[in-house]
Amino acid sequence: MTVLLIVEQVLNGLQYGVMLFLMAAGLTLVFGIMNLVNLAHGSLYMVGAYLATFFYTQTGSFLLAALLALPATLVVGIVVELVALRTLYERDHLDQVLATFGLILFFNELVAIVWGRSALYTTLPAWLSGHVVVLPGLRYSVYRALVILVGLAVAILLWLVVSRTRLGMLIRAGASNRTMLSALGVNVTLLYTVVFGFGAALAGLAGLMAGPIYAVQTGMGEQILIQVFVVIVIGGIGSIRGALVGAILVGMVDTFGVFVKPMLGTVLSPVAADSAGPAIASMLIYLLMAVVLALRPQGLFPTRAS
Amino acid sequence: MTRIMRVALLGVLAVVLAAGPALAQEKVKIGFITSLSGPAGIIGEHMKNSVELALDHLGRKVGGLDVEVIYGDDQRKPDVGKQLADEMLKKHKVHFVSGIIWSNVMLAVAPTVTSAGTLMIGTNAGPHQLAGKMCNELYFTTSWQNDQTPEAMGKYMRDQGITDVYAMAPNYAAGKDMISGFKRYFEAKLVGEVYTKLGQQDYQAEISQLRAANPKAVFVFYPGDMGIQFLKQYAQSGLREQIPLYSVYTVDEISLPVVKEAALGQWETRYWSPDLKNAANQKYVSDYKKKYGKMPVFYGAQSYDGIMLIDSAVRAVKGDLSNTKGMVAAMRKADYKSTRGTYTYNVNHHPIQNFYLLRAVKGAGGQLEMQIQKTVFENHKDAYYKECGMKW
Repeated sequence: MTVLLIVEQVLNGLQYGVMLFLMAAGLTLVFGIMNLVNLAHGSLYMVGAYLATFFYTQTGSFLLAALLALPATLVVGIVVELVALRTLYERDHLDQVLATFGLILFFNELVAIVWGRSALYTTLPAWLSGHVVVLPGLRYSVYRALVILVGLAVAILLWLVVSRTRLGMLIRAGASNRTMLSALGVNVTLLYTVVFGFGAALAGLAGLMAGPIYAVQTGMGEQILIQVFVVIVIGGIGSIRGALVGAILVGMVDTFGVFVKPMLGTVLSPVAADSAGPAIASMLIYLLMAVVLALRPQGLFPTRAS
Repeated sequence: MTRIMRVALLGVLAVVLAAGPALAQEKVKIGFITSLSGPAGIIGEHMKNSVELALDHLGRKVGGLDVEVIYGDDQRKPDVGKQLADEMLKKHKVHFVSGIIWSNVMLAVAPTVTSAGTLMIGTNAGPHQLAGKMCNELYFTTSWQNDQTPEAMGKYMRDQGITDVYAMAPNYAAGKDMISGFKRYFEAKLVGEVYTKLGQQDYQAEISQLRAANPKAVFVFYPGDMGIQFLKQYAQSGLREQIPLYSVYTVDEISLPVVKEAALGQWETRYWSPDLKNAANQKYVSDYKKKYGKMPVFYGAQSYDGIMLIDSAVRAVKGDLSNTKGMVAAMRKADYKSTRGTYTYNVNHHPIQNFYLLRAVKGAGGQLEMQIQKTVFENHKDAYYKECGMKW
């Protein structure tokens, strides 16, 4: 029983971790390569979720909706980069924070105007709403299992792109030394747009997968964004590998927070455990971040940027 | 600048200054604080709509005077709520502060308002502190004390002979009140008692723990956006068919249109329902549906009542807004047409009222709606009024 419960919680942690990774991958690249603090990354996640839900209700096919929502979010991302963010690269981080915070407000109001303040809800198609038997006695939601598989597949794909392709080489070069890269004649402006667009598409992918599990509503992006920032700080800014490790770590630690109260109950009085347990559980990921920052201020996998 | 112009300007200034206070006296200013942005914005929208509907019904006057409502968005944050209250008191010089969804926000705002000598009319949050030791002459609520609604559910479940209950709520002031209210009347020991983060999105880890604990029934309090997430994930996990779910403030007119079948047959307790048969409520519900095209929710009914209560107070003092004592005395009578029917105020300015058992059922038009099944408590008092030292 207990072993099965722990296995189930590992799966839950992994599922949450890969969702965080999809968000963190885009954010860390944008931050590391373009030196842009993009608070509006959560808004792209929200836009992805809304577009997927919209296409799903229009077409009736979950797969088709996913195939339409991804490029649509990519386009939204590119438009945001061209219109709003391009002028911000040379400004300091405070200006970027203010401007991208403005984008958050803009997108939240925009979706409220288009789709209303009420949350959207989609039911999963029949082929995704069942359960798979992972181990004897342990059933796990097909959809959540699929989220884990898609997340891991994207992680492998991203690793191949970054380490084996010319685009990946440019991305790594950009993360290490932007000035040198542009001095070598690479069109850095175009590179930025491409990186930002793909970051947006990844956030959109996280959003479209989150749609059927969570409520699709305005402000959903900010709820996940804070954890995503924790992930990239832990992993090391600009590092995809760091984002993956950081995301899985944060996902696991956050999920295993449910065990804090019963464990405290064995050493403290039940009343003390009741009040301290939930408080400590919600602090865990920040404690983890504090420990990582104390031991490795550059994060677990620092890029060799100056 | 010529001398004549200077004199003329001075004259204009003098007129404006002299007219200023006189104008202010003729207008009731109400600061209404709620959550208007983010995931809880849907609750705030219902409250704001209901305030506007109440003003429509009153002919855009409160107590016969012109009215100005200043809306503030607390973003579900106590510090933001307190700042808004300060601004409304100092800059706008409001006569009433009203609204407030979240108990933690209320605990920050109410003392700020009452200590400035201004009336605070809560229209949702009912933290136990404000019903007991922190009760105040200037603080009224048109809703309930937090513990009362789960007390009704606790009593119903005990009467049904339900045992081995697992309880869940968000970890903030109201969450604690809800569970302690439930335990007061359920009496038997709970199998588990779990508090989650306020505004949490994913309950999968807690649902796994719940499944492992194998209780016979589950009791939850997940208001607004949290309820939508929880109901959805509880149904997805397949537990809905295995372990019956009972709730307060979770299955309502906000979550039902969203989660639909995932909430069919759910039980709730509440002091109000759209199907309550009284003239004020039928007018409120039908006009709300007409104006906004959707069902109203209890958050709105309470806010509608809040404006009506303020109207009764201003009317009683004949528009003399400086007569705070007179307005307090008037409000203690609860002399207005409430959407819940008539009720009285306890010594701590919290309503003594009925609580009903409701169920989510298919309505005449095929849409899901909450319907009253039976009365659990008649004229129910909260558990804290004896700790309140107020006498009147």
